[in-house]
This record gives sequence, structure tokens and C-alpha cells, in this order.
Amino acid sequence: MKLNVKYFGMIAEWAGVTEQAIPFSGRTVCDLKTQLETEHSKLKGISYQVAVNQKIASVDEELNESNEIALLPPFAGG
Amino acid sequence: MRYARHISLSEVGHAGQQKLLDAKILMIGAGGLGCPALQYLAAAGVGTIGIIDGDTVDETNLQRQILFSTDDIGKKKVEVAKQKLNALNPDVSIHIYPENLTADNALAIIADYDMVIDGTDNFATRYLVNDACVKLDKPFVYGAIHKFEGQVSVFNFEDGPTYRCLFPDAPSQSQIPNCAEAGVLGVLPGVIGTLQATEAMKLILGIGEPLSGKLKIVNLLSNSEQIISFSRNEEQVEKARNIDLAYSYVDFACSTENSITPEQLIEWLETGKDINLLDVREAYETPKLEYPNVISIPLGEIPARFEELPTDKALVVICQKGMRSQRAIEFLKQNNFQNQLINLEGGMAAVGVCCSKP
Repeated sequence: MKLNVKYFGMIAEWAGVTEQAIPFSGRTVCDLKTQLETEHSKLKGISYQVAVNQKIASVDEELNESNEIALLPPFAGG
Repeated sequence: MRYARHISLSEVGHAGQQKLLDAKILMIGAGGLGCPALQYLAAAGVGTIGIIDGDTVDETNLQRQILFSTDDIGKKKVEVAKQKLNALNPDVSIHIYPENLTADNALAIIADYDMVIDGTDNFATRYLVNDACVKLDKPFVYGAIHKFEGQVSVFNFEDGPTYRCLFPDAPSQSQIPNCAEAGVLGVLPGVIGTLQATEAMKLILGIGEPLSGKLKIVNLLSNSEQIISFSRNEEQVEKARNIDLAYSYVDFACSTENSITPEQLIEWLETGKDINLLDVREAYETPKLEYPNVISIPLGEIPARFEELPTDKALVVICQKGMRSQRAIEFLKQNNFQNQLINLEGGMAAVGVCCSKP
């Protein structure tokens, strides 16, 4: 399936886009994180969160094509 | 007369204005977020405002830190801020702390206020603010910025979620730049700091819907706004409540600490420090380290099982005497292991049986 993923902050900078449909063969948020971190190793160090349909998701939440997914990094600046 | 436009709002009125005059707010950081928040809070007649910041005004601050003028370069930020805010509204009592918030002063300073506004520029202070506010049961208004994008939320308000409930694992500061490193559009902290002041006033007045359990994300380039909801995580609240503030945040990536003593390891395990452990001993060797984040891979099997190692946190490597673990670390470094590696000096023989944790 394809998942529609929105990127925020430095994740959007690394991806070069703010939104993308990505092919996904896994099942859960955990599978998605593993896939993304394999493709972009920088993600491992930033403790980002995954939101599904505007709600922070647990790692075992199951995903489907209609979900709106967002990757949220913490910001340091003030 | 000063507050006439507040008093004519039915949601504020005389009673609401009195609540503002009676309120005590601590602003942590008098920088990009602090400057606009402080101006609106002082103008609104928030009766007692504390400001803590150890910095002096630098020329590069003036692009966005709108309390400061060219003549203020080199002066202490809190002193300039106090003078400007006193001129703006003499009703307000301003208390200044020309120092940085630390594990040693956080509880004593925050205890004197009803709520906190977090306008700091680094993760160490953000986790410290969270943990101190949880311990003292004070709500705090969070704001953080990156280039053109900002986040705002209200934490620890009436049993709502905390910063650790949103971001449980502290990121490494070296991987997420601050404004000095990344750059920031000058008006962004104006928008976000003003939203923080708005949330603080709503909490004082008891009006509207505070951003408790909600993260507001604003992007000034795309004009997009998102509100993401999240829940309280009791485990993270307990962690903040019990943590020794000196360990609220440790940046392993910046740490030069490459080995720890058995005493330190025990303390880390007892304070719930965010680490993984790798036991490189053979299966028959005891005492075992019974702890959730332990993975056991005998030294000889590490090359074949390298992919099994978790890289999301710093990895403490342990063996019986501290020699095999050192060899494992050398191997992992040569193979570009992606996180900090820490050797347990003297191994489990030095720890003894005292640190088994369910």
C-alpha cells in the first residue's frame, strides 16, 4: 500500500519535501519507523513522534492507506 | 483606565483583570520567545513576573529579541528587560535572576510562581523545566521554534500530559540545531512567544480551551497550522516526579564519558536513565543483570549479530571484568555503530549481585 506522510521541521528539510506518498509493505507504526530509519539513518537520533490522523500514535497502531501520517521532531530553539 | 479594553470584555471584566494582577508567572529565557511574551504579559498587568536568563545582549539577538536596543549590547538581558517592562507598566513587580536555570536552583525559583513559560533554547533546560514543574505541580506553557516553524503546548495543567508524554526520549542536541546554528525568521519567535502569552492568560483567566494535550504546529511559510493531540503517560509523569534533576537530560552524543563505574551504572538503573545495555558474556556467566533494556550477545557472536543491536539510545556494554566489553566497543566503533558506547569498568564482578532490577 501507499501511505501519505507529512514531514515537519528538520525531517522535511532532510526529505526535501513536506509531504510524500511512500510505498509501505508493513503493518504498524513500528514497521513504518523501521522502514523510514533504514532509509534515513538520521531519524534514529532525533526522537521524533508519529501522528496518525492528528493524534500521536503508539508503535503498535495499525496503519492503512486512508491515514494521514505526520512525522514530528522536537524543536530546540527559543 | 489602563485595563479598560480588558474590563469591557465579558470574559475578563474586573474580576478577570484582578486575577491577572494577582498572577505570578516565571519566564524562563529572555530571548526570542521571552521578549514578546514578557511584553504582552506586562502590558496585560500580570502582577508578578519573574525572568531568569544568564545571558547578555548580543548584536545577533536584535533581529528578533524586541525588548533590546543597540545600546543594550553587552548588558545583562534580565536587567534590560526589567527596565523596559517597568517603563511599560509600573503596576507589575519584576523579579530577575541573572543566571541560567539549573538542577540546583530550579525548584527554589519555580516554587514561587503559579506557572512557567518555557522560552529556552536547548533540550537540557526543556527537560529540566518539565521535571521541576511536575515535581512542584506547576503548569507550564511550551514554545519551541525551528527556522519558519513553531510548536506550542500547555503541559502539566490539571492532570494533563507533560513534555515527556509528548517526547519521552530526549534527543541529542547535536542532531537538532538551535536558532544560532539553523537560523530563524525574526518574526517567528514573535508569533510563537505571543501564542505562549495567550495560553498563559487563558489559564489565569480560566477562559477558552487551553492547548493541554494538544500540540499546535505553525508554519509561517506555508501558512499551515496543525493541532496534534496526545495523552498523558503515567510512566513518564512518574519518571519526572522521581528523577534526580541532575539527570533530567544527558546528551550522550556530546558526552566525553566513555566508561562508567559500577556505582554509576546502579544509579543510572535506579533513576531510569535512557540507555540500552549489551551483555557480551556467555550464557552461563553470573550474576545476570536483570533489567528491561538488556540484550545478551556473547562477544564472539557480535560480528554475525551486529544488526540486532539497538541504536536508539546510548549503549552500555558489560562483561565479567570489563575487558571483553572494551573489545566489543572497539569492534562496534570500527563498524560505525550509530550511538554512544560506554564501557562498564570492572564488569559485573565489580557490581556484584546488588543491582538486579525486575
